[in-house]
Amino acid sequence: MSAQKDGWVSSLVFLLFCACSIPRSGNANLQQELSPQLYFSSLEAGKTSLAFFTPSVSPGAQPFLEQIESSAEALQDYGISVVKVNCPKEDASRYCGKENALRKAFLFRGNRLIREFPTDALFDVNSIVANVLFAVLFNEVKYVETLADLENIENVLKGKSNMVFAYVPATGTAEHRAVMEAAFVYGTIHQFVLTTEAALLKATSHDDHDVSSAWLLFCHCQQATEPAQPCRRTALAQPLTLLSIHRHLKLMGAPLVTEVAEDPEKISTVHLQLGLPLVFILSQKETYEADRRTAEFVAWQLLGKAGVALLSRDLVDLNVLHQSNVALKTPDEGMPIQYLVLEDTDEVITLVEDKNKVKQIQEEEEEEEENEDEKENNNQDIQDDQVVEAVSRDKKRELPLEQVLVLTEENFHSSLSEAAQTVVLFYASWEAVSLAVLRSYSEVAARLQGTPGVLLSRVNCWDWPGLCSQENVTQFPTIKIYKEGQKSVTYNGMWGTEELSSFILLSQVSCPLKLATMDEAEEYLRGEFPSELSSHYHTSLLGVFSTATSKAREAFEEAGNILSGHVRMGMYFEDDALALSQKYSVSPPALLLARSGGQSVEGIALSKHSVQDMVQMIRYELLDIFPEITVPNLPQYLQLRKPFLILFSAGDISQMESKEMLKLAKGRPQQAFVACWLNLKKTPVGHGILRTYFSTTPSLPVLLWVNLHAGGQVFKFPSEQPITEMNILSWLEKLQAGLEIPSSTLSEEDWKPPLPAYDFLQMMEPSMPELSPHSGATPVQHPPKSPGGDSAGGDTATREEPSQESTEEFGSPGRDLRGTAPRLAARDKQGKRHSEL
Amino acid sequence: LGLAVYAGSLCAVSGATFLYYDYCIIGAGPAGLQAAYFLQQAGRDYITFERSHAPGSFFALYPRHRKLISINKQYTGKSNSEFNLRHDWNSLLSHDQRLLFRHYSRDFFPSADTMVRYLEDFASLLKLRVQYNTAIIHVTLEKNEQTWNGHYFLLTDQDRKNYKCSSLLVAAGTWVPNVVNFPGSEYVEGYETVSINPEDFTGQTVLILGRGNSAFETAENILGVTNFIHMVSRSRVRLSWATHYVGDLRAINNGLLDTYQLKSLDGLLEGDLEDLAIVKDKKGKLHITLRFYLENRNISTGIDSITLPQDELDNFATRAPYDRVIRCLGWKFDFSIYNRSLKMMPGKGNIKKYPQIKPSYESRGTRGLFVLGTASHSVDFRKSAGGFIHGFRYTTRAVHRLLENRHHGVPWPSTVYPITQLANSIIKRVNEASGLYQMFSVLADIILLRENATAFEYLEEYPIGVLAELEMQTGRKAGSGLFVIIMEYGKNFSGADKDVFYYNRAVGEAQHAWQSNFLHPVIYYYKRLPTEHEMRLRPPDWPLPRPDAIHHVVEDFLTDWTAPNAHILPLRRFLENCLSTDLRNFFAESCFLFAFTHQKLPPSCQQGYMRMQGLLGSQELRHHAVQAGLLQDYTHTDFLGDRPPDSHDGSQEQLMRDHGIRVRPLQHLVNDKDE
Repeated sequence: MSAQKDGWVSSLVFLLFCACSIPRSGNANLQQELSPQLYFSSLEAGKTSLAFFTPSVSPGAQPFLEQIESSAEALQDYGISVVKVNCPKEDASRYCGKENALRKAFLFRGNRLIREFPTDALFDVNSIVANVLFAVLFNEVKYVETLADLENIENVLKGKSNMVFAYVPATGTAEHRAVMEAAFVYGTIHQFVLTTEAALLKATSHDDHDVSSAWLLFCHCQQATEPAQPCRRTALAQPLTLLSIHRHLKLMGAPLVTEVAEDPEKISTVHLQLGLPLVFILSQKETYEADRRTAEFVAWQLLGKAGVALLSRDLVDLNVLHQSNVALKTPDEGMPIQYLVLEDTDEVITLVEDKNKVKQIQEEEEEEEENEDEKENNNQDIQDDQVVEAVSRDKKRELPLEQVLVLTEENFHSSLSEAAQTVVLFYASWEAVSLAVLRSYSEVAARLQGTPGVLLSRVNCWDWPGLCSQENVTQFPTIKIYKEGQKSVTYNGMWGTEELSSFILLSQVSCPLKLATMDEAEEYLRGEFPSELSSHYHTSLLGVFSTATSKAREAFEEAGNILSGHVRMGMYFEDDALALSQKYSVSPPALLLARSGGQSVEGIALSKHSVQDMVQMIRYELLDIFPEITVPNLPQYLQLRKPFLILFSAGDISQMESKEMLKLAKGRPQQAFVACWLNLKKTPVGHGILRTYFSTTPSLPVLLWVNLHAGGQVFKFPSEQPITEMNILSWLEKLQAGLEIPSSTLSEEDWKPPLPAYDFLQMMEPSMPELSPHSGATPVQHPPKSPGGDSAGGDTATREEPSQESTEEFGSPGRDLRGTAPRLAARDKQGKRHSEL
Repeated sequence: LGLAVYAGSLCAVSGATFLYYDYCIIGAGPAGLQAAYFLQQAGRDYITFERSHAPGSFFALYPRHRKLISINKQYTGKSNSEFNLRHDWNSLLSHDQRLLFRHYSRDFFPSADTMVRYLEDFASLLKLRVQYNTAIIHVTLEKNEQTWNGHYFLLTDQDRKNYKCSSLLVAAGTWVPNVVNFPGSEYVEGYETVSINPEDFTGQTVLILGRGNSAFETAENILGVTNFIHMVSRSRVRLSWATHYVGDLRAINNGLLDTYQLKSLDGLLEGDLEDLAIVKDKKGKLHITLRFYLENRNISTGIDSITLPQDELDNFATRAPYDRVIRCLGWKFDFSIYNRSLKMMPGKGNIKKYPQIKPSYESRGTRGLFVLGTASHSVDFRKSAGGFIHGFRYTTRAVHRLLENRHHGVPWPSTVYPITQLANSIIKRVNEASGLYQMFSVLADIILLRENATAFEYLEEYPIGVLAELEMQTGRKAGSGLFVIIMEYGKNFSGADKDVFYYNRAVGEAQHAWQSNFLHPVIYYYKRLPTEHEMRLRPPDWPLPRPDAIHHVVEDFLTDWTAPNAHILPLRRFLENCLSTDLRNFFAESCFLFAFTHQKLPPSCQQGYMRMQGLLGSQELRHHAVQAGLLQDYTHTDFLGDRPPDSHDGSQEQLMRDHGIRVRPLQHLVNDKDE
């Protein structure tokens, strides 16, 4: 969009430059009022002037005079001065004396009369400029009436120069003027031919062109060397205006095919500057000749719609698919170049044409939006933070917080000793995220109601900042769990009811839990011990140590402290530990991992004994092999920093797919990717993902390869193939070999500010000189002459218009209560705008 | 520390004549005790010298009529202890909750005796090291390259005992009464000795010289029993409610303004005291005349030969004779005890009663000498509260922090936060910080951005006068840009002659916040630290040089700047545009979508969700967000009749489009064509 605008601007500048470089008439006055003698004596050779004669008392011809006055400026750009000659009453010379001469305008070059115009031909600025230029450019612009005339001209031009042929429904129209103005600039380069004959239009245009609208053809006669060969023609697709003609001629003047040997990202051509796409035909040394012909063919098809460049792959190191043969660069900034594999040239053409169509629609939309933006003052004052807005819409609802004890500086320490475990939410009552978490917290309280030994409480740091900083709380919200005689634990999981409840429950038992007997250990693995957690499903982790391996045990205990609340961890180091571990065919130190209620127990030998390694290993082992991705668990899998092989499913996945995927996932223990699936019923936001990747939701289930961390390409597994391990593997191989084309690429865009801020610095600027000692010397007074009327109490020098406006709009803003009602009304308007968003 | 030990031993060698301390404080008034408290907390080697037998000797005498004019607000409706200090003008800063002034007095304007008692408790409860009955009568320097500042301070007390210090903190206040000398000034009584018993003034006519709070306080006391009171001073009366300066005439003392304006015999006059002369007639009445009339005469010839103004101008205003003339002209700093080598110079113009100091409170003449308390008021005279307890308790803390960094390598305390907390940390401070509020336009909170703007460091209450020296003074790095948060009144709002009650004096719309008149937070953004040169060239009346961007948080009637749309939203937009990032909060679901559709994530997703601290949000909240059009609900998506991609009601698409997701796959175009 912006590139296109630049293009327009540059062309405008160019035109103005052309116009201005024409020597001006000696006198700068746009319209002079002279006597006849003076006028004729002032005529210089080579200067053109348009004169009209009026009796000194002129009763009529007023509308005409107005038009001619306003056209004076336009004509001056072309070096033509407009002169009004006042005829003295007694004058009876050729121009003044005759009655009908007064109804005419006369065009002189030097003192030679070129043309006289009846005033009814000069009905407005367009007609004046068009007719005058038409007369001036008599030699440059040929007027034809028949097809034969046109063909004659064409034949003469063949091999020499190009022709611009224009049809206008009538002379003196805006289109006529545009053509004449273009001819003034380009007349020496191309032969301009003009007609008003509808028959000629029918003969030259293919389809049924509307005879009431103008039409312009560029005829490439210079290249037509054979007399029998007709000149190729390129029609101007847009309505005729000076800019569109100029743009068209500029495009026609550009080389048909540009040969490039550079990174396409760096290439810029006339087309891109004028807002048109550039198509690269990727060529190789072996096929160069054929590619060149293809390029030329395409270029002719796309002439005026897009540029074509021939890029030798041998000369440029391109990091794209080997079989890509076409690239498309659009003028939009920041838009990556698309590399495509296309079968024939038609595809290239439809691609470009569709692109332009989409672009046009977008532009129209953008324009609409821009207009709206201006009206709405950029919507800066409308909340666009989803959390803040949601919380403020919910503020009227009273939260069920009866179960949550309010703590203060006075009762904080005494309350902590009341329960075995005290959960404290530190929050700020003005902060949105805090309040959002407080809502989940009230749900946790309801859920955990009656759980013995757990006390839920909260501290408002806005009331008790000393307490919060004493407890080392620097950000809100923070949840800490205090147990008697132990260091407090800070919650570091998702701010959700489910997650928080589970954390509080798991925190009840020590982590790791020391198991005393073999039976306890077995019950623990089955999830039956300890009883507090029996109702709570979780993977169980048991560390088994022979007494000798104290170092590993210490590390395991330390890891338990870190993972406390997130993982269910037990520890067994009695004499018969060896027996327990051997049951699962490992030897201590070892980890026993019981997934899904102890149906299967996995034994893992502990080889690394540092706490960090241990924590990392436990976290890794707890991840599922073929997980269902949900909103809360995604970050765990993203941390692996691997590409995702993800199956989007409308509901639960079928057994077959699950089996195949599991096989695939299990097959390679050191996977280079995360195999997972997403249930659109459970995680409906998945629809949003698919909609972003594909314009329409593809048929489900759909298997995707998403390079989340490198490059961001998204590949779609061919829907016609069944999802089997073999098929997927061979597809992945093709992917790796670069033989597949990505369906989509993740946006690389940075997260910029959604809207601009108030530019107070700029608003303050006008008042800054006021602050200098010299101009500020006069004391500013606030005369109470007009109570309430003056917006700023008379200090108008520093106050700018905005405040005045606001006074009009909202009455008196500020402390005055009279302003409240209108301001509230204004807020209602905002609310409406919200729902429209 | 090594230096200190070395220095200590050096003293021992040179003989027992000197007692050595790292820090010496002169004066155990509020500022001296406040400085002692911070040095004690930091475990520094210090001593406080007090000439009296108890702390706060100035308050033992002054104000003569014993009513303090600093407010002691017991109730604010808030429990926030930091916020409450905004309305407690008497307490010193300490960790001890008992040492809040409201526990000492229930009076809104407490008695000076209570202040003396409070200061005694402050010194004793906190076990501050104060040496009483020690009046320092001479201070000089001893050159020594090994010391912190290139010299020692040598102090001599009234008993010729000597003390040696590496750093000298002068908290002696301004206690030398200002006197004017004119013919007949011997008939003038001073505020410091004049009777405070109204009965002594019964039926008298009184002239008071001066127009400060002490003058009006004196007048207030005798207003009911005198014939009339006239007040003379050079400048017109400055009312503190018009100037927003607590040192100007406070409403509690302005009873005489009433009686003057209601034509009840009392009156105010303007005139230069230097031109006055007083002559006493035979009856003991005092007549006002002009020094001009006396110049060529011999006074001894008697009253009758002296021309009085009314002899020439028979309606001269002060033609009535007075029974008493009282001088209430304030106090000045005692410059006399400092050796010339210390170059303790009085300031120029209206700050000549104060010693010249830099904005860092260090003497302009001597390195290592800091002036604290009332005597340091030249930095913000007639602007802020630095001359009063509720102001200098903060500047004293700032000086202590500067010293900790300079002498002990302890950098200015700071907290590091992730960038998502940027708006929050500012909102928290502007709503509760008392130092910013009391020392408006003098102390500022500084936010130093870390590289890539993913985190920032928060420094509290730094003196903005030395902003250019921030890195050197704090030991913190300011390489990636900074925000300066201060509180300001509107630039043309306050002043002695301004009407501060005009209609529409308050701004209500956030977009006009820059025109706010009452105290409101202002945030300056600099891409790099301003230089000293830029600080000097700042526009007049600007506390800081021209920033790269500025934000005013619109003034608030309740000084509560927590409104989501009027206060926080514009602040967020400002911060976002300075940092060129998106600081919105997102629910976990949005982050989930972004994680799958964007290669980069907004900071709140990066620092929250991606670290498994995502905001899942309750059902109601997500519902509200959907209704607001800021979150898309996909649960009812019918994916057979998929909507065209350019439909406008998809708000998630709105979000996406905001961020220019431009994934337009080829198939889409082909499909379009088929249609």
